[in-house]
Amino acid sequence: MNASQILSQFAATGVQSCFHGQHITPQIYADLNGSNWRLKDYEARGGYQALKKILGVDGSPPNPDTGVAGMTQDQVIATVKESALRGRGGAGFPTGLKWSFMPRQFPGQKYLVCNSDEGEPGTCKDRDILMFNPHIVIEGMAIAAYAMGISVGYNYIHGEIFSAYDRFEEALEEARAAGLLGNQILGSGFSFQLHAHHGFGAYICGEETALLESLEGKKGQPRFKPPFPASYGLYGKPTTINNTETFAAVPWIIRNGGAAYLACGKPNNGGTKIFSISGDVERPGNYEIPLGTPFAKLLELAGGVRGGRALKAVIPGGSSAPILPAHIMMDITMDYDGIAKAGSMLGSGAVIVMDDTRCMVKSLQRLSYFYMHESCGQCTPCREGTGWLSRVVDRIEQGQGREEDMQLLDNVAENIQGRTICALGDAAAMPVRAMIKHFRPEFEYHVAHKICMVPAYV
Amino acid sequence: MVEIELDGKKVEVLEGSMVMHAAEKSGTYIPHFCYHKKLSIAANCRMCLVDVEKAPKPMPACATPVTQGMVVRTKTDKALKAQKSVMEFLLINHPLDCPICDQGGECQLQDLAVGYGGSSSRYEEEKRVVFHKDVGPLISMEEMSRCIHCTRCVRFGQEVAGVMELGMSHRGEHSEIETFVGQSVDSELSGNMIDICPVGALTSKPFRYQARTWELSRRKSVSPHDSTGANLVVQVKNQQVMRVVPLENEAVNECWIADRDRYSYEALNSPDRLKQPMIKQGGQWTEVDWTTALEYVANGLKSIAADHGAQSVGALVSPHSTLEELYLAAQLMRGMGSDNIDHRLRQVELAPGSGVHWLGVPIAELSQLQRALVVGSNLRKDHPLFAQRLRQAARRGAHLHTITCSASLSSPQAWAMTLSSSQVVPSQAWLKTLADVAAAVAALKSVAAPSLIDSLGASATSEAAAIAKSLLGGDRKAVLLGNAAAHHPQASVLLAIANWIGQETGATVGYLTEAANTLGAQWVKAQPQAQGLNAAQMLGGTLKAVLLLNTEPVSDSAAGASAATQLAKAQMVVTMSPFKANMEFSDVLLPVSPFSETSGTFVNAEGRAQSFHAVVKPFAETRPAWKVLRVLGNMLGLQSFEYNTSQEVLADATRLPIHLNNAAAPELLASAPSATFQADPVVASIYQLDGLVRRAPSLQLTADARQALEGAA
Repeated sequence: MNASQILSQFAATGVQSCFHGQHITPQIYADLNGSNWRLKDYEARGGYQALKKILGVDGSPPNPDTGVAGMTQDQVIATVKESALRGRGGAGFPTGLKWSFMPRQFPGQKYLVCNSDEGEPGTCKDRDILMFNPHIVIEGMAIAAYAMGISVGYNYIHGEIFSAYDRFEEALEEARAAGLLGNQILGSGFSFQLHAHHGFGAYICGEETALLESLEGKKGQPRFKPPFPASYGLYGKPTTINNTETFAAVPWIIRNGGAAYLACGKPNNGGTKIFSISGDVERPGNYEIPLGTPFAKLLELAGGVRGGRALKAVIPGGSSAPILPAHIMMDITMDYDGIAKAGSMLGSGAVIVMDDTRCMVKSLQRLSYFYMHESCGQCTPCREGTGWLSRVVDRIEQGQGREEDMQLLDNVAENIQGRTICALGDAAAMPVRAMIKHFRPEFEYHVAHKICMVPAYV
Repeated sequence: MVEIELDGKKVEVLEGSMVMHAAEKSGTYIPHFCYHKKLSIAANCRMCLVDVEKAPKPMPACATPVTQGMVVRTKTDKALKAQKSVMEFLLINHPLDCPICDQGGECQLQDLAVGYGGSSSRYEEEKRVVFHKDVGPLISMEEMSRCIHCTRCVRFGQEVAGVMELGMSHRGEHSEIETFVGQSVDSELSGNMIDICPVGALTSKPFRYQARTWELSRRKSVSPHDSTGANLVVQVKNQQVMRVVPLENEAVNECWIADRDRYSYEALNSPDRLKQPMIKQGGQWTEVDWTTALEYVANGLKSIAADHGAQSVGALVSPHSTLEELYLAAQLMRGMGSDNIDHRLRQVELAPGSGVHWLGVPIAELSQLQRALVVGSNLRKDHPLFAQRLRQAARRGAHLHTITCSASLSSPQAWAMTLSSSQVVPSQAWLKTLADVAAAVAALKSVAAPSLIDSLGASATSEAAAIAKSLLGGDRKAVLLGNAAAHHPQASVLLAIANWIGQETGATVGYLTEAANTLGAQWVKAQPQAQGLNAAQMLGGTLKAVLLLNTEPVSDSAAGASAATQLAKAQMVVTMSPFKANMEFSDVLLPVSPFSETSGTFVNAEGRAQSFHAVVKPFAETRPAWKVLRVLGNMLGLQSFEYNTSQEVLADATRLPIHLNNAAAPELLASAPSATFQADPVVASIYQLDGLVRRAPSLQLTADARQALEGAA
């Protein structure tokens, strides 16, 4: 599929993708037009300079402290730590810290894995990175591999965006041909083999240990932790897993320094973040803005609420993040700590905007169905609880709710939360509890009147 | 060691243990379903959530490693709330059909629901229904809606049975335990999945709807089949055996038994059972009373011995008989002046033995071996539980090497364990193949090989060198000779070479031994000691009077069908059996007790004598064979047949200690072996081993049984 076909697909959905001038100080999406994804284009944008810098093959003078050109592993990790880059996949774990957990002197094989299994409803940022700027991920992974002394990496790509997998494979070929991947990269002593792998669309395979199981060729079911992947990961070897966007942020950090990246965002929340805005806005799409930007500003970039209607609620971080009503949303800044303080989470950065025509019961019905459908079935609370939640919400939506149902929903969700092997149970429970907390009257209205509080669904 | 505080008690456990292990050690019960001490940890049922100090969430006891000074509370509000909520989730889709469930009364879910479940359910939506599955004749998967997805059965297959026959397919609520499309569960250990299933999802097919668990009396016994001597709990109702389950004995069978041990009880209630003594006159069988039958036999034996000499009388005895029976049979023959007694019916090379051939190591040590060479064994089918032990050894990294003949045993899949090497050669070439290993050992150690090795033209082939090198490394090693090696025409030479290899590499050498009482039979000298006829000679038609104890030579001997015609030549053939067996060539049938209806003793492969009581009363006119032999001895006027209990017999039988010895005659190593031969060793297939398993209908429906029949046809 060529770029113009893909672009026309986007156009048909009304989604703007990432080719618009509405980003603020973009780093990953800078200067993309949909066709300039090839190696030469990336290099023209300054690509692979960071890799060359750390390997000491960019012609810059040797480090005065060490007398050697390039950066040491510790320097790379220190730079990433300084940048306050946090995991972009959802949990927001500090990346530099995660890298420092990797046993550097481990005698056997270690693995680096990129989690491109972008399945969180509302999220489409990694798709655009892989489609339109794949080399930034390759470079970021190579830098990470160098920092942790890893020689083999995998990029696990979501099976429902197959064209992204094809595109990434093409980019890998280019990088290998140019000596940017493989043995003795750019004549240095550093070797790194990177492979692409695609899943088949199971949401759970985005959970890092389920992803590893799937990568090993098994059924994608999360492992219980401990042991964590840093000690027992892919094929039982130490493994570091980061999100696509996390890796994509790394080259800029190396080129410009950790402090510059941190300055981009706000303390403890360094750099820019891509937000995938969907729902009732004029211009849905991916927006790369510095962390700490007010939500109001982001909404403005996206053209405001569609048709000038009133904002009702926003799910700020993908479908598993607790929903926040408009009055809270309009006061918060878009960063990990800001959203957490308001009682939700930044998650994967999928901002789902709902205007005042949206029925919250119907919305929750859709969300709960998703989690029932995607539960892997391994552990009890999630396997049984997600179905229970979904059925009760279903019943309320269909006008067969009971007064005690809201209490029941909240309690069942509470019983799931924190008792499962992986975070899917929490992800299923949190939206339910937040919906009940913030929009209880709407549920009660549904139960009492057997119809929606809001006018007919649009 | 790490010390933790569990519910206020200090517990010391090994580093790397889980909280659950500490709880087991301190006797604290933490509710659980998916955790099983013999299986890997899954942590998927979430029932064992406990309160760990400083952890914000409740932690699963089965998967939380202990740390020094950890404080765990299993009964705080936090823990109980978590456990109760998990129980609620487990029950919402469970059918709650306990009144018609076979597991009712012995169900972990039912038991724990009493402690942690509510008295009514908040779940009012539709319940999940899971379609039933047909996985073969032994396991019933009719009510899979009861399944709680603990995956114990799946892990058992992968880890203990070695074959993943059950798996969890689909996702979320649609998760189902099932086999690969259209396949059945064919493992020889499959019945254990029923035991470990914590609910009524997997139940015993033959036992289905036969009895409620609380109606059953539980009695200890010992399996009469292979040489493991698996400990059993036989469950009885109205003087009938209804079910057999394992009795845990870590040193013998751990908590497992083979399907053969579990389901052979069906034969005990078979219509084939002999009700009364029978005598054949004029080609017609007539039922008679015991006095008539025993007088007939005693008079027959007396007159034949008088007419043709005592040497014309002989006994063929099954090594599945008890020690007491074998001892009395041997005493009876020797009392009459005959040395014609043998239990080695499937063997071909029948030298009068001196020591008792045995396993060479305690059974439990099989799991700890680091190196093993198995010669001439279909291990999985001949000794399912020994195979299980070696599988655990292999999982810990042991090198296993095999030399076998049948092509079906070539692949690691057939063994269901990781083999370091597997040589499949015709049985005629085993000598040479084993000699190759000896030659390789000699070469590696730079010692001279015995002249036998050279005379076989052995050379250190690359395969042999790999085995030799492996056997020379590591600790705890064994060379194990299987049933086919024991029944081999050159068994003693194989043993001699194995012994030489063992001596040079530090490996113990042992026979897996065929039957429940093969060791016992050797101990009480149920084989010729001097000039007596051996099994092959007796089956060759040289006797005038034959006593057959628990054996059916057509199926149980190397002679096969020819045994019938040869034995028919005798003037009198007396069959002592629980079944209407050998009717074609016998003159008298005496109904004697199977293992479940007599007290007795079996000596297993490691030399462990295990006595057991009768679990039910003898069927109809059946009598324990030791009593029948005792009365026969009296009627023949023999000395020292004055036993009143089987314990008195046992005391006499075991007066001489058992002399375990696998040594081979040293001269065997010095000379070239005797001539070549064509026939393969006779080995019973898994469900043809003895009269009981042959008559267990469900076992005969298994894939293993059907395959063996097709192979024979």
